[in-house]
Amino acid sequence: MTGPRDIHEYLAEFEDIPGTRVFTAKRARQGYHLNQFAMSLMKPENRERWKANERAYLDEWPMSEEQKQAMLDRDYNRLLDLGGNIYFLAKVFSTDGKSFVQAVSTMSGMSLEDYMAMMIAGGRSPEGQRSIKDKR
Amino acid sequence: MARITAGVATSHIPALGVASDLGKTEEAYWAPAFAGYEWTRQWERAERPDVIILVYNDHATAFDMKIIPTFAIGCAEQFKPADEGWGPRAVPVVEGHPDLAWHIAQSLILDEFDMTIINEMDVDHGLTVPLTMMFGKTEQWPCKVIPLAVNVVTYPPPSGNRCWALGEAIARAVESFPEDLNVQIWGTGGMSHQLQGPRAGLINAAWDNDFLDGLSGDTDRLRHIPHIEYLRETGSEGIEMVMWLVMRGALGRKTEQLHRHYHVPASNTAVGHIVLRPVE
Repeated sequence: MTGPRDIHEYLAEFEDIPGTRVFTAKRARQGYHLNQFAMSLMKPENRERWKANERAYLDEWPMSEEQKQAMLDRDYNRLLDLGGNIYFLAKVFSTDGKSFVQAVSTMSGMSLEDYMAMMIAGGRSPEGQRSIKDKR
Repeated sequence: MARITAGVATSHIPALGVASDLGKTEEAYWAPAFAGYEWTRQWERAERPDVIILVYNDHATAFDMKIIPTFAIGCAEQFKPADEGWGPRAVPVVEGHPDLAWHIAQSLILDEFDMTIINEMDVDHGLTVPLTMMFGKTEQWPCKVIPLAVNVVTYPPPSGNRCWALGEAIARAVESFPEDLNVQIWGTGGMSHQLQGPRAGLINAAWDNDFLDGLSGDTDRLRHIPHIEYLRETGSEGIEMVMWLVMRGALGRKTEQLHRHYHVPASNTAVGHIVLRPVE
């Protein structure tokens, strides 16, 4: 075994990573219906119903009002905070006709052009992005 | 006797599949990513594997939040390319090898790996993109495939050490299968990438290349990397690289590198690819 065996210690380290929400059991529970809603968009008939009336489709799911509003706003960072997982949220932005690069760039706070230029130049450097407390 | 003759690792970036499907592989953006697979395509034509054990992760396709198996092995006759939300990829149906898959599943359980057995499953880009990278556009995949799905989405995923040990157990299982089969094991996913949050776009070429270095020779240092290191150094989705360790573990004590490729970027991700041969 490598790394901590104590689950509390294991999970606590995740809070020290800048700009990152690790998909822990806590987030998975909070986001269960949010993610299952997103999963439902795998079916063409559900995609049509969603596109016809987003609010009405969301109201069929036992999600919080915050989750519903963040979904209507396509506020992906907020959705991550509320338990969303990127592979499930991908069903939503795919239905919108958006690529991973387009959707991911919105979370980085950069314009699509700047984000793509950063990736072509080698991506975001890990310097200063590894640990909040150690500033490294 | 069946035997594992080689290990292959590769990223399974969905955009690579899209670029292939739309005939964009010659475009300036994509050409360098695909060029590093030309060697392997030639090599695979000469190797002619009978079966590939393909270690990958499902991306909210066959498994949703209802059931989250840590290790699952596909024992079906066939696996269809999944509709991931924009229609299934126009690639061949994946033919399984139920006899070998069930043999491995049973052997692993006796060997104390408590596998989930999957008898019906569609397979997503995690499995079909590596096939495209190694075999190109084709009417039929040239070999059988046993999907081995690892949970790397909901924490905790299995440790690198456990993945390595699973690979060792898979090798023992393959060696006890009586039919004479040329088997390869592939590990997929990675390398550094983060698809979420303000830190999105993180790439760590130095770390990735050190990981590639650690796959060949007789070192087993990679099995001891803790999850937190993958997260800090390679982005939240870099954790997929634990799946490469299932492949490496299955190749035994020592390996030699036959081919290697690294390119940044493909979409949000560092493309990494390596071909290894077990050394007696």
